[in-house]
Amino acid sequence: MGKKLIRFLLVAAVFLALFAVVGDVLASTEPSPTQGVIKGESKIPWWGWPIILFFFTFILGILAVLGGVGGGVLYVPLVSGFFPFHLDFVRGAGLLVALAGALAAGPGLLRRNLASLRLAMPVALIASSCAIVGAMVGLALPAKIVQIMLGSVIIGIVILLATARKSDFPNVPKADKLSQALGIMGVYTEESIGKNIDWKIHRTLPGLILFIVIGLMAGMFGLGAGWANIPVLNLLMGAPLKISVATSKFLLSITDTSAAWIYLNSGAVLPLIVVPSILGIMLGSFIGVRILARAKIAVVKWIVIGLLAFAGVRALLKGFGI
Amino acid sequence: MAEKNEQAVKASGEQLLYANVLNKGMIIGIIVLLVTYALYIVGILPTYIPVEDVPKYWGMSVASFSHELGTPTGWGWLHSVGKGDYLNFIGIAILSAISIFCYASIFPGLLRKKDTVLMVIVVLEILVLCFAASGILKSGGH
Repeated sequence: MGKKLIRFLLVAAVFLALFAVVGDVLASTEPSPTQGVIKGESKIPWWGWPIILFFFTFILGILAVLGGVGGGVLYVPLVSGFFPFHLDFVRGAGLLVALAGALAAGPGLLRRNLASLRLAMPVALIASSCAIVGAMVGLALPAKIVQIMLGSVIIGIVILLATARKSDFPNVPKADKLSQALGIMGVYTEESIGKNIDWKIHRTLPGLILFIVIGLMAGMFGLGAGWANIPVLNLLMGAPLKISVATSKFLLSITDTSAAWIYLNSGAVLPLIVVPSILGIMLGSFIGVRILARAKIAVVKWIVIGLLAFAGVRALLKGFGI
Repeated sequence: MAEKNEQAVKASGEQLLYANVLNKGMIIGIIVLLVTYALYIVGILPTYIPVEDVPKYWGMSVASFSHELGTPTGWGWLHSVGKGDYLNFIGIAILSAISIFCYASIFPGLLRKKDTVLMVIVVLEILVLCFAASGILKSGGH
């Protein structure tokens, strides 16, 4: 069963890559005479694109769950790299994809007390404020520059995913004064060992400062930011891994909201791209959660890292006009 | 002691309230998004940009797109909400606005508890999100 699943996932990943390349070729673009604007003259009928996007994001949703990353971080580099949409619209859609995923997961995580509102609120205030700035800067910069920066960030994420440690229960000898003042602490039930775990955090100030950068990047690239939230919450601030993962997911529902408004208000949201993407990712995530128990996570993680590396290099090449 | 510990494991009242508002808003937003998208795709309603022409323009930057097509920015889409494409923005706006309502819903509880720190954070976050949603801030200058 396990081998079959891995084979399926490998085929899905190859299919995804082929899908992307074929889509890229079919969506040949021609330069417009006006202001060097690129008008996509697609060979695929208009109704074909939402269908392709739906299936593409459906597979992406499965891989994202099994690979332990958010949908947005896979969506933006892959879709911007291989679909004919301008990066502005892809980033707007990427934020809404990440937002929808966070909104869907948020209530359950809060009710089970895995996502901590008290931990999320100060962090969200900083990240969401900075995501606004990031979104405005990202939309103001030339697309080629953003592509190059996006490619570099994705390669950085690949390195982070490939090398970062995780700590189930980080050692926090004493909660710092800031976290005490903010009342950030809690208890949750760790079902794997059947125990209630008391947790607290430290290094709150450096953690909050890092969320300035995370918010900026989330807004600028439309990536969601779970890949950065989790290491900061877990490794730096000392929140248990489950609390970090759950709080990070919930956090995106606030961080991405502020950036999404900037994209929406700037007109960088196309329903024809956004809605099939949201539906595909959500359905894929739903299926992904179901097969999570049977999958060999380590193998899937490397498939996701491979896909991201592929997308990162593609973004860089596109940015350099190669 | 054990009872106290069990109590601590449970989510706080404001956390549960936040979760409930979030859940309801998310369900409403997704349903509205699905319905409006179906109306858009089947072509029952007129559209601002004919759906078959959208692929001609989605390769443009948002600045060029808005310039060439004269598409609304900020809350200008509300004037075009009768068009199939902009009708979809209702669901997107609901999904993007839920967090503001979630924060507002927990404020009275924090006030009763006199939890000043969280009250300040809630007010600031609502201001940040309302500022982002206001339409004052928009970009796309390249």
